Amino acid sequence: MATLTRATSASLTSGRLPSWVTGLLLSVAILGSATFFLAVGSPGLLRILFTGALIFASVMMVASLAVEGRRRAKDRLSGIVVTSAFVLALLPLISLVLSVVRYGSQRFDLQFFIYSMRSVVGEGGGAAHAITGTLWVTGLATVISVPIGILAAIYLVEYGTGPLARSITFFVDVMTGIPSIVAGLFAYSVFVLIFGPGTESGLAGAVALSVLMMPVVVRSTEELLRVVPNELREAAYALGVPKWLTVLKVVLPTALAGIVTGVMLAVARVIGETAPLLIAAGFTQSLNNNPLSGPMMTLPVFVYRSYVDQGSPASAYLERAWAGALTLILIVMILNLAGRLVAARFAPKSGR
Amino acid sequence: MSKRIDVTDLNVYYGDFKAVEDVSLTVEPRTVMAFIGPSGCGKSTMLRTLNRMHEVIPNAYVEGSVKLDGDDLYGPGVDPVRVRRQVGMVFQRPNPFPTMSVADNVLAGVKLNNKRISTSKSKELLENSLRAANLWHEVKDRLDRPASGLSGGQQQRLCIARALAVQPEVILMDEPCSALDPISTLAIEDLIGELKESYTVVIVTHNMQQAARVSDMTAFFNLSAQDKPGRLIEIGTTDKVFSNPDRKATEDYISGRFG
Amino acid sequence: MPDFHGAVASDVDDRGKGGTTIQHGTVRRLGDRVFQALSTWSGVAILIMLALVATFLVWQGMPALTTPADELPYGAFPQFVAPLLFGTIWTAVLALIMAVPVAVSVALFISYYAPRGLAASLGYVIDLLAAVPSVVYGLWGIGVLAPALQPSFVWLARHLGFIPLFAGPPSGTGRTILTVAVVLAVMILPIVTALSREVFLQTPRLHEEAALALGATRWEMITIAVLPFARPGIISASMLGLGRALGETMVVAMVLSPSAVISFALLTSQHPGTIAANIVLSFPESYGLGVNQLIATGLVLFVITLAVNMIARGIVDRHREFSGAN
Repeated sequence: MATLTRATSASLTSGRLPSWVTGLLLSVAILGSATFFLAVGSPGLLRILFTGALIFASVMMVASLAVEGRRRAKDRLSGIVVTSAFVLALLPLISLVLSVVRYGSQRFDLQFFIYSMRSVVGEGGGAAHAITGTLWVTGLATVISVPIGILAAIYLVEYGTGPLARSITFFVDVMTGIPSIVAGLFAYSVFVLIFGPGTESGLAGAVALSVLMMPVVVRSTEELLRVVPNELREAAYALGVPKWLTVLKVVLPTALAGIVTGVMLAVARVIGETAPLLIAAGFTQSLNNNPLSGPMMTLPVFVYRSYVDQGSPASAYLERAWAGALTLILIVMILNLAGRLVAARFAPKSGR
Repeated sequence: MSKRIDVTDLNVYYGDFKAVEDVSLTVEPRTVMAFIGPSGCGKSTMLRTLNRMHEVIPNAYVEGSVKLDGDDLYGPGVDPVRVRRQVGMVFQRPNPFPTMSVADNVLAGVKLNNKRISTSKSKELLENSLRAANLWHEVKDRLDRPASGLSGGQQQRLCIARALAVQPEVILMDEPCSALDPISTLAIEDLIGELKESYTVVIVTHNMQQAARVSDMTAFFNLSAQDKPGRLIEIGTTDKVFSNPDRKATEDYISGRFG
Repeated sequence: MPDFHGAVASDVDDRGKGGTTIQHGTVRRLGDRVFQALSTWSGVAILIMLALVATFLVWQGMPALTTPADELPYGAFPQFVAPLLFGTIWTAVLALIMAVPVAVSVALFISYYAPRGLAASLGYVIDLLAAVPSVVYGLWGIGVLAPALQPSFVWLARHLGFIPLFAGPPSGTGRTILTVAVVLAVMILPIVTALSREVFLQTPRLHEEAALALGATRWEMITIAVLPFARPGIISASMLGLGRALGETMVVAMVLSPSAVISFALLTSQHPGTIAANIVLSFPESYGLGVNQLIATGLVLFVITLAVNMIARGIVDRHREFSGAN
């Protein structure tokens, strides 16, 4: 172990703070800050951490300047700053997850999943209508956007050259940035035009989500098709396999795991969309299994409506909103995790 | 099986760039023809025109004719897909399909084309192809395992078996041993000797000893300068080309003075 | 003997190279032609869809611009949209100012400071922030963050109230522009981080190693070899983040209770709304020309985000072509 006495010698460790100093200083700073706030009588985790980090940073800087010089001290400061930024970025995630679990678990019961809100005032009721609605709407959106998205990606990778392919690539990128509310307005006006004013339906919601989902599917599929080695395509051509069968039976299967992952992540992304569904699919208290007519409740809209349209007692409505949020987060996290598992598990082992 | 190849006045272009100029040659059935020459001389391009694989690159096209027992591969109404079923190809690096088992790889030409084939027929085809590629004994116990588990040399022989299963007339090999170790190379060279009993074989190689060992005929390609098209400099029996070449450039190349 | 002539209906592909070419014999199989047409049209369908979105918004939004102001439920359009547009841009810019330094620092941390093996997992954790649905952020913003921030708003207004930005009276609920901007910043942080990491991956390894080999510290290496190269990428990442913040709806709709004012004050309860939030809040009660007016505001939002995204993508694409990474 390096020691401070050796720091004066000409060895490679000279002029450097030994590595245990960091840990020691950090724990001392946090402990000190904790003792101070406990003594003052206002213990708060954030307060303690923040003050502790400040103390640590300043002591560390002084020590480093004295022992290591200006350049190293600057380097240490940069390390402290970026690490704190990372911790800072984690705080909202932790707070959000904790509060969703805490408030959401109160109504996270069986009733929540098997009852709708039909003729429910006050306590009780559930989100069954919203969950089935979400399944309908995202399911339909997936059915609409995945085939078109995958085929468009195939066009870009296997056939596309020239201005058409370039403009599709560019506008797909641009489309990923369309505000979701705009997609909702689009779907609403299309359906109003066809079926008359005031039309809200699950299908309209699905169309809105498709606009948001398609570019995501195209992008991820395109990336995956591009990494399928050309050698495999050539091998198939050389066996007298036509191009379309090569794409369908060699290229797509090779990229399949990744494509499935991409689709799952795309679903995870749109399943939490609220604004477009609020406008295009509307909201209702009852179960509606017909996506072609009548408003259809979805889980995100359920959370929003439970929050803005509080009856009495308000706590019943708030608890339902948080339970909905918990359900939604769980669905999204499961989709994310499953997607990554599929990618890791079924990716073809290329070569050796 | 096995057909004769006649190339007449062939020019190959990639867009505006002329890659190969004015090549005429004949490959007799049941012989091995080796294409040798320095890098970039167009020998691989030349090989690919024999089953229209050069068309994979956009804007590539040829002038002249390539005939397989008198049928022009570039004649009107010719389907390149059908050409490739008669003229199989093996590539530089082994490229088995990673999603398929050993057996499925061998039968890929049949299965990928949605052809119906009876179980007994497919078993027979599988075994025959693997035996012809000298691979049967090594893989017969792991036909259902992924092809990616085989060694590099085994993978390359699997790719040869896969090409044979389509029952072609001609086999093209584009530097088939360049990614393999010496022992696997030897196995492939032995195999080439056996394949010429029933197929016309054309092989591109950078390794002149290999050309001397496996081929009956040798064609030497060269380019006069950078960015100029490759040309056929000399063609003849392998013995003649290696021991007593007509052209100075051939002699220089073979004796290792350039390239 | 199998032959390969004319087995499939021939689609003569004449390349017009004159009489010497024999290329015109190429046959395209039916399956190939169908499949290529199918995939090409799918690509075109996406372009058509984008065009349709624009067309419908223009078409449905037009009446709001052409009808006399006294017949419009929300009054004359410019006066109607101005505070909303201001609120949209103001909240998004605030969010960007807060998010970008943190996001770039996080990306630096993941790419250069964290242990190599952990980088992917840490990146995944940050990506989780992007996976949280916006309505959940809204719930969190109003239920947890706003009450938590409210005391510091009071403190800020008391001690820094002489600066117009922090002028009082502070909101008693914490439902302010600043709260919204903080939540928006959290929401766009993962995007900016992910794109910045991508840019860092593209920096020429050789420059980095050269800097380190010359005895530069890690931070010097970053300032010499990474940041100059990554600047355009970070700018475009920020613009994509801005585009996302401009269009974010639910957080604003749930946290703010807006009024039609134009004010920079961060802490008061008198603040403008945003275009997207206003659409969601007003849509259920709107009818007739009111709907057209809301759609027209949506068109304004669409045009702005489209412009921001196109500029950002333009920077990315140009940058990619000239980068030494390929």
